[in-house]
Amino acid sequence: MSFWLLLTVNSITFGGLLFLLSAGFSLIFGLMRIPNLTHGSLFMLGAYFGATLVGGYLGMSFDFWIAALLAALLVAAFGALLERFLLRQLPGQQLAQVLVTLGVSFIVADFCLMTWGGDPINVATPDALIGFLRFDALVVPKYRLAVIIIAIVVAIALWLLLERTRLGAMIRAGVDDPDMARVVGIRVSWLFTIVFALGAGLAAFAGIIGGPILSVYPGLDQDMLPLALVVVILGGTGSLLGSFVGSIVIGFIYNFGQALLPELAYFILFLPMLLVLIFRPQGLFGRFVP
Amino acid sequence: MSARLIACALGIVALITVPYWTPGIYYVNVASQILFYAIFALGLNVLVGYAGLVSLGHAGLFGIAAYAVSYALQSGLGHPVAIIVAVVVGLGAMALYAMLSLRATGIGFIMITLALGEIIWGLAYRWISVTNGDNGINVHTRPEPFGFSLDSANAFYYTTLVVFALAVAAVAVFVRSPLGAALAGTRDQARRMNALGYHVWAIRFWACMFSGLLTAVSGILFVYYTQFISPQTLALTSSAEVLLMVISGGAGTLLGPLIGSALVVIVKSVVSGYIERWNMLLGIIFVAIVILMPEGLVPGSVRLWRLCWRKAMRLRAAKTETPP
Amino acid sequence: MSALAVKHLSKAFGGLHVTRGVDLDVQPGERRLIIGPNGAGKTTLFNLITGELTPDAGSITLFGRDITHVPSRRRPHLGMARTYQIITLFPHDTIIHNVSLALLGLSPLRWNPLIDMRRQSHIVEHARAALARVGLVHIAERPLSQTSYGERRRVEIAMALAQNPKVLLLDEPFAGLSIDERRDVHRLLMSIPREVTMVMIEHNMDVALEFAERITLLHFGEVIVEGTRTEVVADPRTREVYLGH
Repeated sequence: MSFWLLLTVNSITFGGLLFLLSAGFSLIFGLMRIPNLTHGSLFMLGAYFGATLVGGYLGMSFDFWIAALLAALLVAAFGALLERFLLRQLPGQQLAQVLVTLGVSFIVADFCLMTWGGDPINVATPDALIGFLRFDALVVPKYRLAVIIIAIVVAIALWLLLERTRLGAMIRAGVDDPDMARVVGIRVSWLFTIVFALGAGLAAFAGIIGGPILSVYPGLDQDMLPLALVVVILGGTGSLLGSFVGSIVIGFIYNFGQALLPELAYFILFLPMLLVLIFRPQGLFGRFVP
Repeated sequence: MSARLIACALGIVALITVPYWTPGIYYVNVASQILFYAIFALGLNVLVGYAGLVSLGHAGLFGIAAYAVSYALQSGLGHPVAIIVAVVVGLGAMALYAMLSLRATGIGFIMITLALGEIIWGLAYRWISVTNGDNGINVHTRPEPFGFSLDSANAFYYTTLVVFALAVAAVAVFVRSPLGAALAGTRDQARRMNALGYHVWAIRFWACMFSGLLTAVSGILFVYYTQFISPQTLALTSSAEVLLMVISGGAGTLLGPLIGSALVVIVKSVVSGYIERWNMLLGIIFVAIVILMPEGLVPGSVRLWRLCWRKAMRLRAAKTETPP
Repeated sequence: MSALAVKHLSKAFGGLHVTRGVDLDVQPGERRLIIGPNGAGKTTLFNLITGELTPDAGSITLFGRDITHVPSRRRPHLGMARTYQIITLFPHDTIIHNVSLALLGLSPLRWNPLIDMRRQSHIVEHARAALARVGLVHIAERPLSQTSYGERRRVEIAMALAQNPKVLLLDEPFAGLSIDERRDVHRLLMSIPREVTMVMIEHNMDVALEFAERITLLHFGEVIVEGTRTEVVADPRTREVYLGH
């Protein structure tokens, strides 16, 4: 298959993965107004949990998808505890909260190193999705296609959550005007815990879904956090559509950049983010300025 | 206040006599590290503590100066020229960094500086033709000021001590100056400062340049110490560590950066020999300080000391008042 | 020549017109009072005059000089000072440091990174003099956080006066003060010499009316009535704005 076609497919896949990673980041940023610097570590933690559950733990081996859900739930619970017991000690102090997330990222990263060691762990592609699909000249690995579909499903599910449920309405109100939301009777602090847990769970889910493609290794968190940041800044703070569009764009820039200009790959990746921060700080579809 | 003077005097004596009371060359080297990282922390503190701007990309600027020295030496330039080149390049990079990041304050500033730090790291990592990528650049010799060799641990330590003393003096002078007072004003009430006739952006810009100077100097000392520079030095974790130094010691204090630097360097160099999870320890310390003692160890300890002192005084007074 | 002249000043936020074609002409030495119900756009007008907000249309002239496009940080240098409705001083510093910052704002020394601020005797003396004018010199070394609200209001006025303004804008200087404090501030304001032109926004009618020579009534961003105190008080439109009929 043509080089460009392969690159395009990989870009869309990576974009899908980035969306799963950054949707949570965007929600947290939108509601709590903090860039969650633990997000990369939560992605990595989910990947490690998932890899262990798939590979077999305490004599039990889990189906890939069950493992993914369990990992997501575990990390979501951790996220809820993190918000409830640490971030809530600093109500309204966004700067301090960002620093706490930074500190926690150190702790989680070292915990992973301690528990799973320094060697990369390969996550086996689920049996049903091994192999390729052929569409004329297009040869697509089944798993990559699955990732794209999962990203779309999750995007739709999140959209439904935000637009069609009461919880979603409360979240949107909190994003638009937290003070007003409080006045109207929305328990914003309780909402913070829910959204943080949801964001953490999504990041973990993204981590294990990405496992067969990226594998899991120490430093994965440092690789993924900047990407989440770029996507959310580019796409727009607090906007799901922004995260989606931003993810695809960054997926393309990342893959094509690595292939065409390897020496400047990082530079072109961050350049759009920098330009957006300087000239249009609310991002392409953003609802407020950070 | 005489207690403070005595403590300072003791501290100065301790610093001057380090090679004599530490158990070996390894610890003299640790002391050197504490000092040049303290200069780095002093530089970041100008922004975090006095300007109220938290920069998460400062390791990038540190690294640029270090790479500049290495590259200049590799190109055949002598030490004095290499150092001057590194300072100029460092200041130039800081000027660009400041012009981009000062478009925002608060969270926006953190994110722009984080992005800038990542971009600089990415360039160091990938621009192999210039930086040699992950293999890094070796620096084979140290400068010989006035003919003295800096190869020994003691000689390097004393040179670093002199530079550190100059750095502390510079910051002390700056903080007491009108520009320093203006900077603190912009940290506390930027809008009011503007209404009083101050050029807030320009004040912040010059603060950044001062910070950039200290950062460049510390980067130069670093690369002469380790005699090697690689992209790892510019990673986000490095920016986080120097921020930890500033915050744990006490942002906006003169002594805080030294204490914070000592804390982090000792955990990384000494404690890591006994505890494998020193990274987690650093993270825990960071979170604990932000939540429990946000003003930092220096002001926090002073506050705790005064609290204990007052309690002791009250207990003594209560004892003398007990009824017969 | 007017001290402060504003012509056709307009500002809108999206569809909301907060200031509509406001004209203002304050003569040197005048004591002008700006009144109006909540939301009338009084503070917005001040923000436009000081330059913190950019007008959509209109002009602002200070003693004949067009300052419409002069950045807000330059206007104190041209003789315009302002106090705020919500006190935003420097709580970690002493009262005298607060006033020193006001003095420093107009001095070229503010760029100096070398000299010791506390040794600048001329600044210290001027700051003490400014505090003496408002009766606070006895607590000059007290941290601002340990002062009462009334004292902070007076510090703010001291800071504004320390900059030797030609035009002084006061945004609700009596807000939140006790009766005694109000009396002190009132006496202070009445003692300010005629070299300083004063424009005040105020809600508290008793003290404000005594102070005002001319009054401008704003409503929904427009000037409804303007004239001498007696004229405005007697005007039926004034009653209409406040009572709605």
